[in-house]
Amino acid sequence: MSGIDLAFYALSILAIARGWRVFATDSMVRASFLLLLSFIAVGLIMLLLAAPYLGVATVFMMAVEMMVMALFMVMFMMNPAGLNPMMMVHQHRFSLAAGAVAFVGLAAITLVTEFPVDPVAAGKPVIRDLGTELLGNSMLIFESAGVTLLATMVGSVILSSRSGRFGAADAGSKPPPLVPGGEPAGRVPEEGGGHHHHDHGHSQGDEHQHNPSHGHGQTHGNDGQRGGCHEH
Amino acid sequence: MSIEAILIVASALIGIGLYGALSQQSFVMLMMGLELMLNGVLLAAVGFWSLTAAGVPEGQLLAIVTMAVMAVEMSIGFALVVAVYRKRQADVTEGITTLKH
Repeated sequence: MSGIDLAFYALSILAIARGWRVFATDSMVRASFLLLLSFIAVGLIMLLLAAPYLGVATVFMMAVEMMVMALFMVMFMMNPAGLNPMMMVHQHRFSLAAGAVAFVGLAAITLVTEFPVDPVAAGKPVIRDLGTELLGNSMLIFESAGVTLLATMVGSVILSSRSGRFGAADAGSKPPPLVPGGEPAGRVPEEGGGHHHHDHGHSQGDEHQHNPSHGHGQTHGNDGQRGGCHEH
Repeated sequence: MSIEAILIVASALIGIGLYGALSQQSFVMLMMGLELMLNGVLLAAVGFWSLTAAGVPEGQLLAIVTMAVMAVEMSIGFALVVAVYRKRQADVTEGITTLKH
């Protein structure tokens, strides 16, 4: 057994074991770092498979992606710091069975199929080939992926922005002044739309009623603005 | 290191990811299951490219497209999670029942 084989088996075990631990750990932040380890192991296997560009790109991309993931994990965390046991699952047996069936089925197909053996020739300039392909014959596919990512960026901003289609897009924001220290440029969205407005509007959530305990008369969230509930 | 071994590892990753995507209640954990499945797909694609296709450039292109799918899934997924939380204060799948029946 060569060194490459040993490295492959070690990385495979790492990828699968860390992948499993993702759903067995108590802390959601730890889960995202375990997934990162799994991805890094797969990226290193790609290096062994003579795909250096893809392997390194996977490692870099996943390092950044899992950092973002960890941030979201903190935002939506059920169980801070993993101090309590966490088992937030539904339809557990069905899911276990589905996962096992998927694995056994795919592995069985793998084992009964005769695959051609035609490995990459040693010294083949795979990265140069990829570059020529990306900007040559498959340029349309590559550019379509780029446009898809642009559409994704637009869609994410629309979906996650505060107002979107449910109110004025600039509610609660103030445009910067044209001269330093001057009046805000353009339309003034709301009287007193400073940070107070922001905090209250967020914490009120779906309340439709103006809360009189905030004596500033400027506690309208998006709902208050929509309903025309102005008070000065 | 044979194509069979690589595909079995990829199957294991896909199986674990499917389990996670079906069983987890939290939206973000559910998305980690989807990511793990795409991880297996990526590994299988690179394995086929490297060991059975003599390194034709289109195989690497498929892997790049898979990576783009991963990025799209992450981005739109998190945007949806944020949007749902903002509208419904829900961060688990049980919190949304309006599409159930």
